[in-house]
Amino acid sequence: MSHTASVHSAIEPAETPLTPESWGKFGMWIFLAGDAVGFGTLLAGYGAMRATSADWPNPFSVLGINLTALMTFLLICSSVTMVKALEWLSRGDRARAIRFLLFTALGGAIFVSLQAYEWTHLIERGLHINGNPWGASLFGTSFFIVTGFHGLHVTGGVIYLLSMVKYVLNRPDPMASYNAVEITGLYWHFVDLVWIMVFTFMYLL
Amino acid sequence: MSSTTATAHGHATHAGHHELGFVQTYIFSRDHKMIARQFLFLGLFMMILGGLLALVVRWQLAWPETAVPGLGGILKETSGILEPSTYNMAFTMHATIMIFFVIMPILAGCFGNFCIPLMLGARDMAFPVLNMLSIWTTASAGVIMLVGFFVPGGHAAAGWTSYAPLSAVPSYTGTNWGQNIWCISLFIMGIGSMMGSINYVTTVINMRAPGMKLFRMPLVVWSLFITAILLLLAMPVLTSGVAMLLFDRTLGTSWFRPSGGGEPLLWQHLFWYFGHPEVYILILPAMGIASEILPVFARKPIFGYHAMAFSMIGIAFLSWIVYGHHMFVSGMNPALGMAFTVTTMIIAVPSAIKTFNWLGTLWGGSIRFTVPMLNALAFVSMFVIGGLSGIFMASTPVDIFIQDTYFIVAHIHYVVFGGSIFGAFAAIYYWFPKMFGRMTNPLLGHLHFWPTFVFFNLTFFPMHIIGVGGQMRRIYNPMQYEFLQHQQHWNVFITVSALCLGVAQIPFVINFFWSLFAGQKAPLNPWNANTLEWSAPSPPPHLNWGATLPTVYRGPYEYNAPESREDFLPQWQAPVRAGAPRH
Repeated sequence: MSHTASVHSAIEPAETPLTPESWGKFGMWIFLAGDAVGFGTLLAGYGAMRATSADWPNPFSVLGINLTALMTFLLICSSVTMVKALEWLSRGDRARAIRFLLFTALGGAIFVSLQAYEWTHLIERGLHINGNPWGASLFGTSFFIVTGFHGLHVTGGVIYLLSMVKYVLNRPDPMASYNAVEITGLYWHFVDLVWIMVFTFMYLL
Repeated sequence: MSSTTATAHGHATHAGHHELGFVQTYIFSRDHKMIARQFLFLGLFMMILGGLLALVVRWQLAWPETAVPGLGGILKETSGILEPSTYNMAFTMHATIMIFFVIMPILAGCFGNFCIPLMLGARDMAFPVLNMLSIWTTASAGVIMLVGFFVPGGHAAAGWTSYAPLSAVPSYTGTNWGQNIWCISLFIMGIGSMMGSINYVTTVINMRAPGMKLFRMPLVVWSLFITAILLLLAMPVLTSGVAMLLFDRTLGTSWFRPSGGGEPLLWQHLFWYFGHPEVYILILPAMGIASEILPVFARKPIFGYHAMAFSMIGIAFLSWIVYGHHMFVSGMNPALGMAFTVTTMIIAVPSAIKTFNWLGTLWGGSIRFTVPMLNALAFVSMFVIGGLSGIFMASTPVDIFIQDTYFIVAHIHYVVFGGSIFGAFAAIYYWFPKMFGRMTNPLLGHLHFWPTFVFFNLTFFPMHIIGVGGQMRRIYNPMQYEFLQHQQHWNVFITVSALCLGVAQIPFVINFFWSLFAGQKAPLNPWNANTLEWSAPSPPPHLNWGATLPTVYRGPYEYNAPESREDFLPQWQAPVRAGAPRH
């Protein structure tokens, strides 16, 4: 995705920048704030519809928890490996950093695969985006749209992580890629955090 | 994200080492000034379309069901007579185009891109590649929106607010793909605007020149910064909302369709949760532009700089908790309506602070009535009228009476045309010398301003009268209603004024293109202004300044300061050392 995360303040003086180490880091925070509003809108719409519905099915029994709990655990683990990747990078061990980046991407990939399996399974049992045998049609609608939107984020994240592997490989100095990997981490932890919300609101409650 | 950072870095270090080709200079440019010009041309082109649609609507209201001149070739079956469905399409697309593809691209897109780096002393935006993607995403959304005119069934016809279930069920408006394209286009526009916000906020926070403290920033940069934050937190709500609407229309979901267990009010909540911050997105940059231009041509410091900045922050905060005033008649709990009435009236306080500060700036100044100044003064006065009629409808009992009448149409046009568009004209005349390196023609400028100002008022002020008289907005033929027939002469009067208002824009078009190619060469600082963009060449080269960035020593509005011999003291001028002889 990119060439070098540079230290700008050394080149052009600026008045009290908030993230002098990298503009991209601040940009990512801003992006995540906007993205959170997008997710928030979908979850708020879901909450409003569910609260006023008379025949909302019990998500616990329709969707099942075991597989999703495993997926959640997997995603949390991938956040841990992301932290480890960054730590190895800061210690100067590029090989280990790349290994942990790959672990993280693998975690995301397995998550999306399990989600595809779960979707197929649920569609076979009759849960469709515009109707289902258990009650309110918006139950299926909100399920597919919210988890689908999150799944797109994970898929994008896996591609992002793999591009970061190449990025680190291209730079002999581990610290040259530290900022970029840290920014990737921000995104990945955000996607993880959103999943905790989705899991809580869509499956557990 | 970091790729774009790196590009900025790469540019800065390799300044002038390579020449860019035509495509990279004029089309896929990463230079913030070229992107600003692209946004300006996009907005002005769309403004012609949106304006013509408005005239079509006006023609139908004044002389219902008569052939609209010039439409005979397009509406062949009816030989130029508007059918109700075509009429619905015309007003829907007029508003959609004007709001999303004229005012937002010109004020936030063009002047955001142009002013923020130049006035902060930065070489470019924080993420130039993202910036390029932003204009091309927005332009694609514009093209997609225009495609909607050519699909079977016509374009979206459910109003720019696209209230569900009217918009959610194709058979209600008779448009099928038009409304879908409307959703897709706004979805893409939402992505483009988010890219812009990321750039604007990061640039303001991280890339100010040495000495440019937050409270030394010009107020227009403050306004664009706050606008960017509002865009960031408001547009995703619309983006998610139009996606849900699109799913309702294409996949058979029922978010907004009661027949499937959905709730039409959910759309209104989502739409106005975006929509009310949106009106401040449209007006805040114009407020900033006026705050910039008034001190320059009154040769006085802005009155109450901090109050101006904080009142904009206050407006931004309050804009999130007033949106319910669009929904007083939707059946909401009266207690909630009361709360929204109160918050709406509170938002008049920061707006009034700004108005009185503008007046305080003018008080006792040596005012120069240049074309940008006249447009800025028109902004202030028209915004006052639009703001005052806003207080009428903030009050629930009054609003229930004037809801969905031409009073509302008058209000929104006083704020959005009288406010935002006059602000945009002021900005175009003011920054044209810096943007294109040539002065505009003042005679043509006056020929544009005065008729526009007069016919604007003749067009929109009578709408208050017919609105209180009971004329509903979005009706096809007012003559169908006996109680409206006696005021039809007002509709004719408004339409004739609107046609004159349209004709009054011709000097602007001539002026714009004539000045672009043959205008007098602009000096470095034609208005004797203080802000940093006037220290760069006109037009500024790629990367804006030579080897070193300017250093900022003071606030942006030091006009007639006692320590200066001139009547202005630029931000970049080093102070005279203590003890050095003063002249």
